[in-house]
Amino acid sequence: MSRKPYLRKMPKSWWLARRSYTSYMARELSCVFIGAYSLLIVVGLHRLSQGRDEYGAFLDALQSPLSLVFHAAALVFALIHTVSWFSLAPKAMPLQIGEKKLSGGPVVLAHYAVWIVVSAGVLLVARI
Amino acid sequence: MTEQTLQVEILRYRPETDQDPAFQTYTVPYRDDWVVLDALNHIKDNIDRTLSYRWSCHMAVCGSCGMMINGEPKLSCHAFLRDYYPNKVRVEPLANFPIERDLVAVTDDFMEKLESVKPYVIPQQERAVDEGPHLQTPAQLNAFKQYTMCINCLLCYAACPQYGLTPDFVGPAALALAHRYNLDTRDAGREQRQEIAASNEGVWDCTFVGECSQACPKSVDPAAAIQQTKIASTIDWYKALLNPWGKR
Ligand code: SF4
Ligand code: FES
Repeated sequence: MSRKPYLRKMPKSWWLARRSYTSYMARELSCVFIGAYSLLIVVGLHRLSQGRDEYGAFLDALQSPLSLVFHAAALVFALIHTVSWFSLAPKAMPLQIGEKKLSGGPVVLAHYAVWIVVSAGVLLVARI
Repeated sequence: MTEQTLQVEILRYRPETDQDPAFQTYTVPYRDDWVVLDALNHIKDNIDRTLSYRWSCHMAVCGSCGMMINGEPKLSCHAFLRDYYPNKVRVEPLANFPIERDLVAVTDDFMEKLESVKPYVIPQQERAVDEGPHLQTPAQLNAFKQYTMCINCLLCYAACPQYGLTPDFVGPAALALAHRYNLDTRDAGREQRQEIAASNEGVWDCTFVGECSQACPKSVDPAAAIQQTKIASTIDWYKALLNPWGKR
């Protein structure tokens, strides 16, 4: 008998088909905001190197409504990025002591702990 | 008392007559201890002999009855009607694979990929029988045991949008099995497997959607295997960079 396998096309809206796919896409999209924010910081550094007035103008520009909206969105996506990647970390770092495989909880907690310590360090440096 | 019934909507495709697949609805008796496979068997035995699907063990062991049930990849012998009743159950062949006929998917692509990662122990040196068994401690076994549980049911491939979008991707189960043998203390074949596993179509086509591990009925966690292979391959790359004369 002759065969005629039928190939189904994946719809363009596949990422809306399941909640988990949509949150995966949100995680993927988050890197655009992380990248844009890093770029913004680089621009800020550049303006700082140009002098006090230039840096002042840069800080003023940050107050614009557009910039505030961007910052709010970047914050949301940075949180999505952090929380979703931290929760996946145990998959990449399996823990086994002797015969026993450990649960991923400590790996996730360690990530949060390092995050808090590093953030506190940055804030401390910023105050000095 | 009238008998309780349930509607089952099945995607049918008969290559000799059908241009495209289409849904056909059957009404089956509802029993709360029935799984979707029981409903299919009821249809085949009593309503429509032309319905095609694969199954064998009816106990989540053989891996042949994977289907999309209400859009989710599931073993049909493991999906109870009571979880859907009184709503309709929609049954389709595994996503991301071509349809051979009705609920039968063409899985040749996976078989080739599985073969390409050499899913068997490749010893450093052949061991003679009188040398006795190659012993392994329980700790050494536990390092890879979960990956030995794979029943090749392909639910993970049906769950993986990356496989759907990039058909060359070696995919979750094959990469998990490559990892399983790489972790085995009796094995020395990692370098051979890395040719495929560490290629673009190997672990690097994975974008860590993670759905493979959610779909897996055997808790194999292929997503974990793939991420661990990525890390090990990255370490290889740095080692080669820092020590280009060293053995890779
Ligand atoms: S990894 Fe899990 S879902 Fe994938 S084929 Fe093996 S048993 Fe099935
Ligand atoms: S029939 Fe064997 S796994 Fe379902």
